[in-house]
Amino acid sequence: MIRVEGLHKSFGKVHAVRGISFDAPDGMITGLLGPNGAGKSTTLRVLYTVLKPDAGSAVIDGIDVVNDGLQARRRIGALPHGSGLYPHLTARENIAYFARLCGLRKSEVDDRVEEIIRLLEIEDFAERRTKGFSHGQRTKVSLARALVHDPQNILLDEPSSGLDVMATRSLRRIILKLKDAGRCVLLSSHVMQEVAALCDDVCIIANGRVAIDDSIDGIRARTGCDNLEDAFVRAISMVKAD
Amino acid sequence: MATILIVFAKEVLENLRDRRTLASALIMGPIFAPAVLAFMINLSITRSIEDVERILELPAVGQEQAPNLVSYLRSRNIDVINYPHGRASAIEAVKAGDHDIVLVIPGDFGEQLASTVPAKIELVSDLANTQADRDARRVRNALREYSQELGNVRLLARGIDPAVLVPLNIDELDVSTPSGRSGMLLGMMSYFFVFATLMGGMYLAIDATAGERERGSLEPLLSLPVTRAQLILGKIAATCLFMALSLTLSLLSFYVALKFMPLEQLGMTPNFGPKVVFAAFLLFAPFILLGASIMTLVASFTKSYREAQTWLSVVLFAPTMPIFIVSILTLRPKLEFMFVPSLSQHLLLVDIVKNEPVNNVHVMISVVSTLFFGALLTWICARLYRREGLLG
Repeated sequence: MIRVEGLHKSFGKVHAVRGISFDAPDGMITGLLGPNGAGKSTTLRVLYTVLKPDAGSAVIDGIDVVNDGLQARRRIGALPHGSGLYPHLTARENIAYFARLCGLRKSEVDDRVEEIIRLLEIEDFAERRTKGFSHGQRTKVSLARALVHDPQNILLDEPSSGLDVMATRSLRRIILKLKDAGRCVLLSSHVMQEVAALCDDVCIIANGRVAIDDSIDGIRARTGCDNLEDAFVRAISMVKAD
Repeated sequence: MATILIVFAKEVLENLRDRRTLASALIMGPIFAPAVLAFMINLSITRSIEDVERILELPAVGQEQAPNLVSYLRSRNIDVINYPHGRASAIEAVKAGDHDIVLVIPGDFGEQLASTVPAKIELVSDLANTQADRDARRVRNALREYSQELGNVRLLARGIDPAVLVPLNIDELDVSTPSGRSGMLLGMMSYFFVFATLMGGMYLAIDATAGERERGSLEPLLSLPVTRAQLILGKIAATCLFMALSLTLSLLSFYVALKFMPLEQLGMTPNFGPKVVFAAFLLFAPFILLGASIMTLVASFTKSYREAQTWLSVVLFAPTMPIFIVSILTLRPKLEFMFVPSLSQHLLLVDIVKNEPVNNVHVMISVVSTLFFGALLTWICARLYRREGLLG
C-alpha cells in the first residue's frame, strides 16, 4: 500500500513535481498516466528512494521513504524505465544477484529464481548471457529481477514501452496475477489504452500536478468524454488551464 | 558484510568474463611493461658490447697522405676506405646523411707532420645523429691516442721522458656495489608496478560506476534494500582484488624477466630474489586500496564510460609523477617523502633492490600513511555515492 501526499521535486529551475497526492491500495493496479515530462518517473523515483522529495511525503506500508529508505526498499520491487542488465552474466545470474542482495538466503535463492523464471516464461534464454538480448527479453529479466523477492509493492515505470504485442500481453497477464495475489501495483504509462486495459484506478498527471484521480468510468464521467483518448486530453487541459 | 561480499563476488565474476578487464589486468601491466624494459636493456647492452668489436668503416679524403695513421686505425678496428671526392662533397654527403662521418686529411698533412707543426685533420660528422656521435667518439679517441703515441715518440727522440707530460695520475675508486648500480636503472621498476596496479583495476572501476549507470543497471540496483556504502565497498573490494592480481603478476614477470637480462655485463646484480618479490608485494599492497578508491572516485564523477576512460588515463599517470621527479633529481629517501604514497614505495623499493638497509620507521610511515589516504578516499567515495546526482 502506497500513499503519496503533496509531493514536490525540483531539478534546478525545473519544478518537475508540484504537489502530487494519490493512494495505491493493495490488491489493485494503480496507473500514473501522463504525457512525457509530466512527473511520473520523478514520482516513482522518489518512491523507490533514488530521489529525495523537496516537500511532501511518500509512505510505503506505513514506512516513510525519506526517513527510512532502507526499510521502505524492503517492501518494494522496482522496474525503472530503461532498466539495464549485466551483459556478462546470464539471465539467471542477473536475477540471482538481486535475490541475494534482497536478503534471500542462499538455499532459498535457487528455488525462488527457478520459480520466477517459470512464472515469467524466461526458461528458453535463462542460461544465456544477456548481452544481445532483445528488448522484450531484457524487460522480462528486469521484471523477474524486481519480483524475485516477492515484494508487496511493485513499481513499474513504463513497463510496456517498446514491447511487441505478444510481450505486452504476457506482461499484462503477470501484472494481473500480482493483483490477484493481493499486491499493490503502481505503474506509469503515457498510453491511455494500456492503462485502461489494466488499471483499477488511474491518476492522470500533467505538469507535475494531478489532473484527475479516479476509476476509468469515473474519468469518463468527469471529463464528459466517452472516448478514452479524448478524456485523457481533456483531463490534461484541465491542469494547463490553471 | 554479507552484502558487500555478494557485490564483490558478482563484480569479480562479471569482470573475469570481460576480455577488456582481463587483458588490462593480466596482460597490459604485468607482461607488457617488463617486456619493454627487458628489450630496452638488452638493446643497450648489446650495443655497448658490439661497439668496441664492431669494425667501423671510415670514409676518408686523402688517405694516401697518412699511411701510418691508416694502419693505426685499422689496429683499432676502424677500416679506412677511400672517399674519392673532395672535402666539400664530403661535407655535403654527411649533411645529406649518406655517410655518418668522414675523415678529411689535407694535402699538406705529411709535410706538417714532418716539420712538427700540429697537423690539421678534420672529422666531419652530424652530432645530432646518435649513431654518428658514437662512431665519432670512437674515431676521436683513436686519433687522440695516435697523437699521444706520436708525441711520446718525439719526446723520446729528444731524450725526454714522456712521463713529464703526465704530472697527475688520476685513479677513480668506484665504491658502488653491483646491486647499487642496478638500483638506478631498476628504479624504473616501481613505476611499472604502480602502473600495473592501477591498470589492473581501471576497467573494473569504470564498469562498476560509470558503466553501470550507462547500462541503466544502477537505478534498479539502488532500489534494492542495501545501503549505497555496501555497494561501493563491494565494488572497491573487487577493484582491489584485480589490482592485487595485476601487481602480483607484474612482480613475478619482472622476476622472470630479470633472469633473462644480461645485467652482469653492465656490472649490475639486482637484489630481486623471491624474498624481495614478496617484500615488494607487501610494500605496494597498501597502495592497492588507494589506487582502487581513487579510480572509483574519479569514475563515479564522470557521466559516461568514455569520459571515465579519459579521466582515468590521467589518474593512471598522476601517482607516477613523484617517481619521475625523484628519479630525475636522484633524491635520497627522507622522512617527509614517506608520507607521499607511490613515492615512498618507490624509494623503499630502490633501497631494497640496491641491497641497502631499509629504515623500519620509513616503512611504517609509508604503510600507515598510504593506508590512511586509501581509507579516506574510500570514505569519500561512499559519501559521494549517496548523492542524488549519481544517476546523472
